[in-house]
Amino acid sequence: MRYRYFPGCTLKGQAKNMENTTMAAAHALGIELVELDQWQCCGAVYPLYEDELISLLSPVRTLAAAEGEPLVSLCAACHHVLKRAQELMQRNEDARHKVTDYLEVDYKGEGRVLHFLEVLRDDLGFDKLKEMIKKPLEGRKIAAYYGCLLLRPSKVMQFDDPENPTIMEDLIKALGAEVVKSPYRTECCGAYLSVSEEAVARDTVSKIINSAREAGAEALITACPLCRYNLENCVDQDGKEPVKVYYFSELLAEAMGLQFDQLMSKALERRRGKNGNQQ
Amino acid sequence: MATSSKTRLVEEMQKQSGQDPNGCFQCAKCSAACPVTAAMDLLPHQVIRYLQLGLEEELANSKTPWVCASCFTCAARCPRDLDLARMMEGVRLVMLRRREGNKFGPADLTPEQLAKLPQQALVSGFRKYNK
Repeated sequence: MRYRYFPGCTLKGQAKNMENTTMAAAHALGIELVELDQWQCCGAVYPLYEDELISLLSPVRTLAAAEGEPLVSLCAACHHVLKRAQELMQRNEDARHKVTDYLEVDYKGEGRVLHFLEVLRDDLGFDKLKEMIKKPLEGRKIAAYYGCLLLRPSKVMQFDDPENPTIMEDLIKALGAEVVKSPYRTECCGAYLSVSEEAVARDTVSKIINSAREAGAEALITACPLCRYNLENCVDQDGKEPVKVYYFSELLAEAMGLQFDQLMSKALERRRGKNGNQQ
Repeated sequence: MATSSKTRLVEEMQKQSGQDPNGCFQCAKCSAACPVTAAMDLLPHQVIRYLQLGLEEELANSKTPWVCASCFTCAARCPRDLDLARMMEGVRLVMLRRREGNKFGPADLTPEQLAKLPQQALVSGFRKYNK
């Protein structure tokens, strides 16, 4: 299975471990993620006004660079922006002409735009993944935290049921851990309000963490670097047992028995072989 | 003055966001769903009501559009299929474009915050509050 891979800015910085663990797991699962050359930031937020075309230049350039092959990202925000930009290109011919003429690319909205979790669910299958788990996370109580950007708006994202998603719980089950359901799993963490209004983010995050703790979770998984930052940095644990936060891929790599040094060497191997496009 | 502002804001809003605030019947499900109402001076459904009435100056002085995190929960719960997140973006953009200035930028952050915050937070924050 071959995919074009768009990392996004944070995956090369603070969320480097999400990339390393995903790359190692994908390699072991036979999923080839070929990083796009000279990619640019997706813009992080999708412009909600239809005349904000300049914000679409970067994501549409990325969509066109995938050349019709399936395009995978790991960051929930990158996936959100790319998916919605694609939907606009399909729906609004005028916007498409303006953007693609400016970029001098030929793009008509084609190609699958996927989050890596969708690759695991739809292309590999969680049953198949389960067979490849070497060190099941037995006895670990893990809650899924979806946040906003993967799920909403559901008509465009088509990721999962927006009110009662299951994809992350199905992953947790496949990894052999115990699923803990928390009522705040689809609530917003406050997103970029941690930049401008930190008190607001502290309020939303504390509700999410307390809800997970009360449901019996020892840890949460997320697919978004900003959610992770907020969940770890904008929380008052109140002296209670801390709830840990992981990228979904960190638990995936752990359950597949991939050690840290292996992860590093896999990542380096990939970087060296980047131009080779080996099978 | 108030009337012409109303027309401009609402007209531009409808054109650019495809959202007609007059479709709202004020059930307030958006306000029940919104996770950040505690920090708002106008509740989400009140923002729509103000748009219906063309109370542009009141909206310009409200904290609410800048507290909105664009989490899209309001739109997901709306029984009228309206997208309030797009209307909030409209209010922000009218202010940002009119002011020809930024609401919030790198100069408002401490060096510690700039070093600690993930790239994604900075890019999305500055994109929402700058033009």
